[in-house]
Amino acid sequence: MVMSKNKLQKTVAVVGTDAVAEAMRQINPDVVAAYPITPQTAIVETFAQMVADGQVHTHYVPVESEHSAMSAAIGAAAAGARVMTATASQGLALMWELLYIASGLRLPIIMPNVNRALSAPINIHCDHGDSMGARDSGWIQLFSENAQEAYDNTLQAVRIAEHKDVLLPVMVLLDGFIISHAVDRMELLDDATAKQFVGTYKPDVSLLDAARPVTYGAFDGLYGYYFEFKRQQEEAMRRALEVIREVGREFGAISGRPYGLFESVGLEDAEFVIVALGSAAGTIRSEVECLRDNGMPIGMIKLRVFRPFPAAELVAALAGKKAVAVFDRSDTFAGNMGGPVFIELRSALYETAEKPIMVNYIYGLGGRDLSVDLVNKACNELAWIAQSGQVKQRVNYLGLKE
Amino acid sequence: MATSIREMSKKPEILTGGHRLCAGCGASIAVRQVLMGAPDGVHLVVANPTGCLEVSTTIYPYTSWNCSYIHCAFENAASTMSGVEAAFKSLQRQGKIKEDFRFVVFGGDGGTYDIGFQALSGALERGHRMVYVCYNNEAYMNTGIQRSGATVLGTWTTTSPYGENSFGKTQNRKDMTAIAAAHNIPYVAQASISHWRDLVRKAEKAFAVDGPSFINVLSPCHRGWRYPMEQTVEVAKLAVQTCIWPLYEVEDGKWHITVKVRDKKPVEEYLKTQGRFAHLLKEKKYAEALPLIQEYVDQEWEKLRFLSGEQE
Amino acid sequence: MSKNTLDITDIKNWDWRKHPRGAVIQEPGTAKQFKTGGWRSARPLWDKGKCTQCLLCFMFCPDSAIKTKDEKIASFDYDFCKGCGICAYECPRDAITMVDEAEARRRDEIKEGGA
Repeated sequence: MVMSKNKLQKTVAVVGTDAVAEAMRQINPDVVAAYPITPQTAIVETFAQMVADGQVHTHYVPVESEHSAMSAAIGAAAAGARVMTATASQGLALMWELLYIASGLRLPIIMPNVNRALSAPINIHCDHGDSMGARDSGWIQLFSENAQEAYDNTLQAVRIAEHKDVLLPVMVLLDGFIISHAVDRMELLDDATAKQFVGTYKPDVSLLDAARPVTYGAFDGLYGYYFEFKRQQEEAMRRALEVIREVGREFGAISGRPYGLFESVGLEDAEFVIVALGSAAGTIRSEVECLRDNGMPIGMIKLRVFRPFPAAELVAALAGKKAVAVFDRSDTFAGNMGGPVFIELRSALYETAEKPIMVNYIYGLGGRDLSVDLVNKACNELAWIAQSGQVKQRVNYLGLKE
Repeated sequence: MATSIREMSKKPEILTGGHRLCAGCGASIAVRQVLMGAPDGVHLVVANPTGCLEVSTTIYPYTSWNCSYIHCAFENAASTMSGVEAAFKSLQRQGKIKEDFRFVVFGGDGGTYDIGFQALSGALERGHRMVYVCYNNEAYMNTGIQRSGATVLGTWTTTSPYGENSFGKTQNRKDMTAIAAAHNIPYVAQASISHWRDLVRKAEKAFAVDGPSFINVLSPCHRGWRYPMEQTVEVAKLAVQTCIWPLYEVEDGKWHITVKVRDKKPVEEYLKTQGRFAHLLKEKKYAEALPLIQEYVDQEWEKLRFLSGEQE
Repeated sequence: MSKNTLDITDIKNWDWRKHPRGAVIQEPGTAKQFKTGGWRSARPLWDKGKCTQCLLCFMFCPDSAIKTKDEKIASFDYDFCKGCGICAYECPRDAITMVDEAEARRRDEIKEGGA
C-alpha cells in the first residue's frame, strides 16, 4: 500500500467485493441482513468477518433467503436502523415484491447488487438483466465502472438515500466478476473522513420510538390514497437528481473524485456518441479515445445514474448530435424494441427538434466478452450511420454467434 | 404473573375497538388474550403478515394498534420482525434506545403454516427474541375460505369442495406446533381462545423467554366454519374437549399437557356444530371421512400423551 | 398512550403532498375515531343485578367494547360493539341479553323524548 496524492487516502489493489465490503465497514450500518449468492458472496463473507472481529457495531442477520434478507432490512429500517444488504441475480429476483415495499414505505436501505444474468439457462456471469428488471421498483440505481466507483457509490448511496428530500432505497450496481472478482487499483478514504461523510442517521419516525408508536404498512385498499403515495414517490425520485449531484460534488471535495449523473468524452466536438453503463464503459472509452486520436468525431457518455433517469440532462448533452448508439447489457424481449437504456433514451429524445439517429447494441449477455474489436466494429458502423443517415438494423446483437 | 382476570382487566387495551374484523371474530379475541400476557412496562412492536387481522386493523388512516406495528408482505412476518428485533439489539447496544421492547407476530395459518413457513423457520432457528402467535382459523379466510395446511381432513372450503370425487379436504393437516417445537426453541405452546387462563399464562411464559417462542392459538372463524357468530368461544371449547385441538406446551424440550381431558368426547360432537363439516354428517357418500378424522385425533392425542409422559 | 391529534376529517380531499410519507400512520389507535357500532343488528343489554363480575364477557369480547373499572364491568361501549352476542352466550348468569337493535334504538328515542 502506498499513500496517494491526497494524504488522507491510501491506494490499494483489491477485488470489487472487497471494495464494497470496505465501504460497508466504514458506513458501519446498524443492521446487515444478507444471504450469499454468486458473485456477491465475498461481500457478505468479508463483512461477516468484520463483524466477528468487532470492526463494526453491526448486528448481522444471516437470513435463510434473499426474500428474508430484504424483509429483515425493511423491518430494521422501519425500526430506525441504518440498514444494508447485498445480492445478485436470482437473489434480487427473489426480493422482487419487497423492493416495491422498501421504496413504498420510503425506507433508505442501501443494497449493492453484483450484476449477474438471470436464469434460465442458469448462468453466473455478468449482465444487467437483474437490476434492469427492477428499474420500476422505486429504487435509485447507481452503476459503477470499476471497484473504485463501486466503493465511492456505496458511500454516496447512504447520503442520497437518507436525504430528507429523497428517503428512497438505493441500489449500487457493479458488474459480476468483471468488477466483483478482478483486482483493481483504487483509493480508499481514511476511516474518519468516510465516517464524517456518511454522518449519522436520524429517522423522523421509527417503530422503536417509545414516545410515539407508529403503524407501518397500513392497508390502503378501502379509501384509496395509493395514487397519492405513488405520486409522492415519483416526486422524491425527481428531487433525487439534484441530491445525487450535490452529494457527488461534496464527495469530490473530500476525495478528488467528483460525481455527476453521467460522464462524457469528447462531447464538445463529437458528431456521434456511444452511451453505455457499467464496466463496458472502460473498454468503450479506450477505443473511443483511440479513434478520436485518429480523427474520428466520436464521443461517449457513461451513464452513472439510471434511476432517476436524467432525461433532460442527457437530451442537453446530446443536442445536435447526428447519431447515438446505445449499448445495453440486457434485453427487454419486447419484440425488437431494444434494451432498456435504448428505449428510455430514445423516449427522452422524442421531444427534441433535431433527433439523432439511434441504434442499439445489445452485448455481453450471460458474461459474453465485449472485446475492443467488437467496440471498434460498432464505432465504425456508427460513423457510417452518421455520415449516410441510414440505419441497416436498429437493434444489433454485438458478439452474438451468428 | 397476573393470571387473575381482575388483574388483567386493569391492563391497557393494546388493540382498540374500531377495527373492521367481522362481529364475533376469534382473531381479535386471541390478540387481546395474548397481549394480556405481555409484561407491564415494556413497549411492544406487533407485526402481521397479510391477512384478516392486518387488513381489518390498519385501514389507513385508521390503526387499531396502540403500539408500534408493521405489516410488510404475506410470507415474511417472521423475517420482517427479525429485522426489527435486530435493529433493537443493535441500537440498544449502542445506547441509542433506553426503553425495553417486546416483539409479537400475529399470523394466520396461511402466513404461518404455508406461505410464511420458511421465514418462520429461519427466524426460529436464528433465535430472535419474538413471540410468534398463529391465530389459527384453519383456512385462508381473508381471501374467502380456501384450504390451508392447517385445514382438517374432510373440511369443505372453496378449494377443497366436496363433490362426486371428493369428501372435502383429502389430507390431514400438518402439525405446525410440533414442527415449531422441533426447532428446539425455548417455548412452544398450543392454545385456544376458549381457555383464556391457559392462553394468557402461555403468553406470559412466551414473553418471558429470552429467545423465540411460538403459540398456535385456535381462533374460530364463523364465516368460514359456518356456525352462529355468538358460538365462537363455544366451538373452540369443543375442539379442546374432543381433543382435536389439545392444549399443551413444550418448555425447554419438555412436553406437558396443560388442560387435561378426562372424558374425551367423540369428534362428531365438534364436527356437527359447523357447516364446514355438515356434508360428512348429512350424506352417506362423504361419511367415510368421519372415522379417518377420529383416527387422526386419537392417534395424535395418544402421541401427545406419550410425549408428555402420561402414557406408557 | 398519546391523545389523538391527527385531524383526518377532510382527508378525502387532501392534496397528495399532505399525506404522511410512506402511508405511515404516525399516531397510535386512530381507529377509535371509526365507530363500528353501526354494524350492530342486536344489542347486548347488561343486567347489573344478575352480574357476578366474573369478567368473562370482557375476556371474550372481540371488539374491546366491554369497559372495566376497578376490576369490574363498568359499561358496554356501543360505539364499537358489533353485536356478535358472544358475551351473552358465554355469560354464566344470563346477565346479558341480546335485543333487537332497531327496537332498542326506538326505545332510546322514546326515553330521550320523554326526559
